[in-house]
Amino acid sequence: MSAVRAPRAYADPYLAGASLGLVLLAAFVWLGRGLGASGAFASTATGVVAAIAPAQAAASPLFAHYLQAPGPWLEWLSFELLGVMIGSGCSAALAGRARLTVERAAGITPMWRLTFAFVGGVLMSAGAVFARGCTSGQALTGGALLSVGSWLFLGVAFAAAYALAPLLRRAWT
Amino acid sequence: MSAPLVSESASLAQTLPAALVIGIAFGVALERAGLGSARKLVGQFYGRDFTVLKVLFSALVVAMLGVFWLGRFGWLDVGALYVPQTFVVPQLVGGVLFGAGLVSAGLCPGTACVSAATGRIDGVFVLLGLLGGMAAVGLLLARFSAFYESSAHGAWTLPEWLGLSRGAVVAAVVVLALVAFAVSEWFERRMP
Repeated sequence: MSAVRAPRAYADPYLAGASLGLVLLAAFVWLGRGLGASGAFASTATGVVAAIAPAQAAASPLFAHYLQAPGPWLEWLSFELLGVMIGSGCSAALAGRARLTVERAAGITPMWRLTFAFVGGVLMSAGAVFARGCTSGQALTGGALLSVGSWLFLGVAFAAAYALAPLLRRAWT
Repeated sequence: MSAPLVSESASLAQTLPAALVIGIAFGVALERAGLGSARKLVGQFYGRDFTVLKVLFSALVVAMLGVFWLGRFGWLDVGALYVPQTFVVPQLVGGVLFGAGLVSAGLCPGTACVSAATGRIDGVFVLLGLLGGMAAVGLLLARFSAFYESSAHGAWTLPEWLGLSRGAVVAAVVVLALVAFAVSEWFERRMP
């Protein structure tokens, strides 16, 4: 056996997608709720802001929601995302795919890549607040439950990404 | 058997460990699909890699069909599932902002966690942007609360909107997904 393993190829997307669908179905059957992600960031931000400026936190429609029992630090989605990090970290390590790196195209410096990553995160947070969820909670979970708003979000988010992609071509090729 | 197995009012000692277990499986599926890689993910928007569409739609269809048939056989109380509420105009604006952020970051909130957990620093910066953004947007939101709560429709589903049976909409989504898969395969074959 060689000491350095080449990273294994990714799984077939339809197989990985069907497995993800079974995970979502298991969440529905087990707990009556689906997957999500952006809510974990909203609740964590709520906990931080409430610790520094409790009055301002209570005045925000977003923070007020996460300040309800059991409080921002016991949010279901935060525990789910902790699981995502454990599961994906182990999966990548087993497949020889975990590596410390700044993933970027040749046409962009690491500093610009990290700037775009941060700005993208800020934009997605604003989008997820107004949309009441992200790709996991709206597009996937709400989509599977045939919610009108979820399909609207899915269509508009994809259309906006396609419309902006030509302007960002240098960052990705 | 009658699902959901754990009620909404169950104790945190029951729901939080379940969240961790579901999350681990969620993370494994995303990592195996390759969606922790920003370059692979944005390939969707440059027509060179349709993994996002294939994974998202096959997951959506499997879960949708599972919910439909388990409900039809009486094994799952579909009415007990939490359906996200619809706010038409805020969700339109939110979708535009989210899509712009998605192609800039190359990752969504869930896949950014996968990216960060597998050693990618760019994923860590997306997480920092999400946290900082949530704090800033949350503080500013009181000024936009009328817009934030506008065009509310509650839990509103496609069958209700279109006046069709649930089965007809489920069948239409399956056909839509199959067409999208076929178009994706055709595009990928044409790309170098």
